[in-house]
Amino acid sequence: MTGRYALRFGALGYLTVLLLVPVGLVFYRTFQHGLHPAWAAATNPQAQHALWLTLIIAAIAVPLNTAFGVVLGIALVRHRFPGRGLLNAIVDLPLALSPVVVGLSLYLLYGTGGWLAGLSEHGVKILFSLPGMTLATIFVSLPFVVREVVPVLREIGTDQEQAAETLGAAPFTTFRRITLPAIRWAVGYGVVLTTARAIGEFGAVSIVSGRIEGKTETLPLYVQSQFDSSLGVDPTGAFAASVVLALIALMTVLAMRLFRPSAASLAMPLRGRGGFAGAAVSTRPAGRMRSVSETSGSKEEL
Amino acid sequence: MGITVVEVTKKFGDFVALDDVTVAIPEGSLTALLGPSGSGKSTLLRVIAGLEDPDRGQVLLGADDVTSRPARARGVGMVFQHYAAFKHMTVWENVAFGLKVRKRPKAEIGRRVHELLELVQLEGLAKRYPAQLSGGQRQRMALARALAVDPEVLLLDEPFGAVDARVRKELRAWLRRLHDEVHVTTIIVTHDQEEAMEVAGQIVVINQGRVEQVGTPRELYDSPANEFVMSFVGPVNRIGDTFVRPRDISLGLEPDGDSTEAMVERIVHLGFEVRAELVRDDGQHLLAQLTQEEAQALELERGLIVYLKPSRETVFTP
Repeated sequence: MTGRYALRFGALGYLTVLLLVPVGLVFYRTFQHGLHPAWAAATNPQAQHALWLTLIIAAIAVPLNTAFGVVLGIALVRHRFPGRGLLNAIVDLPLALSPVVVGLSLYLLYGTGGWLAGLSEHGVKILFSLPGMTLATIFVSLPFVVREVVPVLREIGTDQEQAAETLGAAPFTTFRRITLPAIRWAVGYGVVLTTARAIGEFGAVSIVSGRIEGKTETLPLYVQSQFDSSLGVDPTGAFAASVVLALIALMTVLAMRLFRPSAASLAMPLRGRGGFAGAAVSTRPAGRMRSVSETSGSKEEL
Repeated sequence: MGITVVEVTKKFGDFVALDDVTVAIPEGSLTALLGPSGSGKSTLLRVIAGLEDPDRGQVLLGADDVTSRPARARGVGMVFQHYAAFKHMTVWENVAFGLKVRKRPKAEIGRRVHELLELVQLEGLAKRYPAQLSGGQRQRMALARALAVDPEVLLLDEPFGAVDARVRKELRAWLRRLHDEVHVTTIIVTHDQEEAMEVAGQIVVINQGRVEQVGTPRELYDSPANEFVMSFVGPVNRIGDTFVRPRDISLGLEPDGDSTEAMVERIVHLGFEVRAELVRDDGQHLLAQLTQEEAQALELERGLIVYLKPSRETVFTP
């Protein structure tokens, strides 16, 4: 018993020192002088534009990566084709690669002298504008849905899909009625992680955006520029924008919590009820635990 | 609808799962594919269902060659070993799935699902999710789901493998009755000879991707085609080249003509049946099956010397 409490307090203490205190401090400093200055800082036109831009990029990148992630996950698990192993490895590349390198590679590709530099001569502007920033965001947030979906697809196997087939369902009907509902929580968590990453991305976007104030400045970039220009004297603008970012993150996580599967549709209600932690974990598709560390990775960049 | 499998071969890499298999399943029959694990019996079922493509050979349903027809267009109902229940759907939705996919009118779906749930005795559990059912209930739901689309052929892949022994017995008897009621051509895959004998009218014994023998339970037991069938469909004693069923060993307390002497090593009481493990002077171990009365009459006990005589022997000439 004591061992278990020690473990709980240890884990809680660790998280408090490393996560809760720093984030809490940002909230404290933001609202230190009341709600008004914070509200003013968060709603000035430059900040609003940055928020808007961040949301637009996420709104493009997240659906694309979700669709791609589901298709790729099914291809990797359900099909055998040459180059499958390689593809599986490449999907992880954005996790391994520093975002700065991603930004730099896009810069080299589309920038002056790059292979696709000709695009801008034909009026297609990639760098220092929305397309480039979106490309960078898609790149860095690409693996999350795939990585959530793959282990769940493996776990559910092909029995249900084959049963649907023998019952007369065409391939797409089977996908829509059987496969998709079976992996929906994995897709949901993948979307949360992708969204968090897309909204918080700094390094890659920083390079390809050119950081033009009021034009190509996303919220994380805005936080940085406010912090720099305040010289550390009055970084309320930076803090307020940080709070906005943190609130968006919180809302995405809460949104998923609200849509948690009901106990009835879960596979294993016959299991004895564990503690709170055990119960929470059992409602999640396999493969989630690993991804949690990836989220915290993206949060550190905020 | 009758099923005909003609010269079907299926390989997985170097492994030959089915080796030139030809089988005819009569219309309306209940046939068991019996064989040890890895014998190819499940692969044969999946080839018939259209879930595996054979490398060579044909599958005919009735007179139609369906070899290149996808599973969804074959009109087969399949029940999988581990139920393959749609976990996110209720019992009702599971059973209705095939009908909904076929876009049948709502009223008809409602009537048919109700009918089937009654047939498999799950009327009260329509709103439950598969996770809230016992193994036996899940298997009956899977059966109702397969029957909902009025299949020409019902295929059951080790359907009772995942439920406990008592429920398995109930389900077998129930399947037997169901088949008498519904009359759909049914194939059941099993590795359990007792199950095959109890349920099926015809048994196809499969070993190493080949059909060893086809026959009624009685034919297989009484006149097995070869050594494999003999030893697979029931317990058997092997004495040199001779095979004797434990039931065909008669025991006596006095020597009688060409009887041989043996000592009782162990006695197992299984209610009505008594099994005696015997050992001869030359070290040969034998199993004898007796009724309880026979055992009592002999006052059978450990260490007793008995004289045994096979009443029926089988020798296979290669």
